[in-house]
Amino acid sequence: MSYSATAHHDEHHDHPTGIMRWFTTTNHKDIGTMYLIFSLIMFMVGGFMILAVRAELFQPGMQLMQPEFYNQLIGVHALIMIFAALMPAATGFANWMLPLQLGAPDMALPRLNNWGFWLLPPAAILLTLPFALALIGIGDGAIATGWTFYAPLSTQGGIGVDFAIFAVHILGISSVMGSINVIVTIFNMRAPGMTLMKMPIFAWGWLITAFLLIATIPVLAGAVTMLLTDRHFGTHFFSAAGGGDPILFQHLFWFFGHPEVYIVLLPVWGFMPQILQTFSRKPMYGYKAQVYSLWAIGVLSLVVWAHHFFTVGMPIPALVYFMFSTMAISLPLAVLFFCWIATIWRGSMTFETPMLFAIGWIILFGIGGLTGLVLADVAADAQYHHTYFVVAHFHYTLFAGGIMGIMAGVYYWLPKMTGHMYSETLGKWHFWLTAISFNLTFIPQFFLGLAGMPRRIPDYALQFADFNAVSTVAAFVLGLAQLIFIYNVVQCARGGKKATDRVWEGAEGLEWTLPSPPPYHSFTVQPVIK
Amino acid sequence: MGMMNANEERQKANRRLGLKMLWLVAASALFAVSLVPLYDVFCTVTGLNGKTENSAAQEFQSAVDEQRWVKVEFTSNVMPGLSWNFHPKQNSVMVRPGQIETVLFEAKNMTNEVVAGQAVPSVSPSSATTHVKKIECFCFVRQELQPGESKVMPLRFYVSPDLPQKVEVVTLSYAFFNAVKAVN
Repeated sequence: MSYSATAHHDEHHDHPTGIMRWFTTTNHKDIGTMYLIFSLIMFMVGGFMILAVRAELFQPGMQLMQPEFYNQLIGVHALIMIFAALMPAATGFANWMLPLQLGAPDMALPRLNNWGFWLLPPAAILLTLPFALALIGIGDGAIATGWTFYAPLSTQGGIGVDFAIFAVHILGISSVMGSINVIVTIFNMRAPGMTLMKMPIFAWGWLITAFLLIATIPVLAGAVTMLLTDRHFGTHFFSAAGGGDPILFQHLFWFFGHPEVYIVLLPVWGFMPQILQTFSRKPMYGYKAQVYSLWAIGVLSLVVWAHHFFTVGMPIPALVYFMFSTMAISLPLAVLFFCWIATIWRGSMTFETPMLFAIGWIILFGIGGLTGLVLADVAADAQYHHTYFVVAHFHYTLFAGGIMGIMAGVYYWLPKMTGHMYSETLGKWHFWLTAISFNLTFIPQFFLGLAGMPRRIPDYALQFADFNAVSTVAAFVLGLAQLIFIYNVVQCARGGKKATDRVWEGAEGLEWTLPSPPPYHSFTVQPVIK
Repeated sequence: MGMMNANEERQKANRRLGLKMLWLVAASALFAVSLVPLYDVFCTVTGLNGKTENSAAQEFQSAVDEQRWVKVEFTSNVMPGLSWNFHPKQNSVMVRPGQIETVLFEAKNMTNEVVAGQAVPSVSPSSATTHVKKIECFCFVRQELQPGESKVMPLRFYVSPDLPQKVEVVTLSYAFFNAVKAVN
């Protein structure tokens, strides 16, 4: 792809300074920064909660907390990590990088963008407020159903469930706003000459995520609204006694919940090939194959939801359908894996921190995918369902595949965003400590699951003690390693070695044609793609 | 000046496409709401969730299948919030498909209050659901029991002769819920 040089004009707009700049901003870079900072804060909050859980699980028996509080911690941990850490991080990258990569002056709908972000903090407060309310004697704490809200447990829960329902409503509205913005930006704001099949693959990943969000978030919103009316207004959507069906809730929830996995991962699959090609110094392999595979996975993700509850009692034909359709997703995913590997194959590779995270991500996310195939097998799933095997599996996909992918993106673009280089030494320490302690945390959980340890239970039988002790110690190392990340990011934002425009020797794409950091308004005259 | 107009043009186009996307959101919301009746229809037609018809079947006229025995088993549950004893008087019966059978269930109110309960049926395997035909069932209406009252309740049913050949055992389960709490 080649492009003509562009002129920048800057600093001729007045915008509010101080705190009001951030409340009123419609600038895609400001909003992207806020999304990323919010995500980092909530990542630490959610991580802190799960370290309390791991501390409780260090030894069998109950030491630190009541089972009810334990249940609240695991559910809110998951809701925060998915809705308030992973999704905002992906949206932060979309805000920062889509306009830069597409050669657009800003996102298409800047005011909507501002609302989309500022809905997030109130939602996060709604999710966590019941913890504080319980301390002063109001209610019995946060939602204790796990993140899945399963009825009839959730129809009986305390005010924490209501708070979580409203938080999900607000988060959902924010996501849908963000999605509309992404779709309109991609369709309307691309630089002249940039056809859809010429656009950066990150934009493809996000476009599919945006459509999936619009297709599924209303279903989740509908399901939790029905839950709300069941709880307070005498309806019986999920109450068997009144003619409803609790299983219906599981169908509605997972119709959203399965695509949600891909909603979180598709943006990462979008920018990861860009990182791989940069540090391999050769063009990405199989651009078209990757685009078609992303679409195939996006579409398939909408029709496989029931594999999350194989054990609920389904007729054989339904089990077989959901098993094979789930396994079919591994075909386009395998195409992606081959493209990623072929991209770095025989490249002139160097291993700066983003590349370390990218390579680690391929391997660890691969383990997450393969263990997912094990769970998709109906016969095996009867044994593994609701055990720690599932917990380990989805942390390989969502922590390794999601969070570590996001971290690769942060290190890759941080010099562009701040104008400074981060510390490579600290970055490498962060990567190795994260990768090793992550595996030491979750490999034992595979074995615990195979041995039959159920998830979501605060106590366990004595034979599970050693693996749990290892997992807890490693989890604390994993948590502490993230402090290195925060220190590195903060130091990089404050100063350091100046970054060049291109930052990385092999970097390709419009964002690298701009200065580091890019001016407040960029591409006011769009580049022309030839 | 031409620059300005181009920008305004684009903003208009962006708003138009953004509003069009709202139709997509509305379509998804409509789909979400319609999933509830669709699920009910789907389950009624296929019997996948094991729920039998909640109304009386027509008395059956055609011949009884004398070639075949089907074992019908009964189980019972009382859900939390209802302090009743509830159990079938017989654990199972052998029936010929098409032959009308009457079995009895007994419920006893263990509290000193008047309590209404609602029984919810479930059939396993689900391929048999639509073939269990009830002529009379205590599950059609709410049952109200006086303090300490015990009640023997009949179920008149037959298994339809077109029950798939491979099904030899049908399990009919009843869960009794507190109907007052369920409604409030």
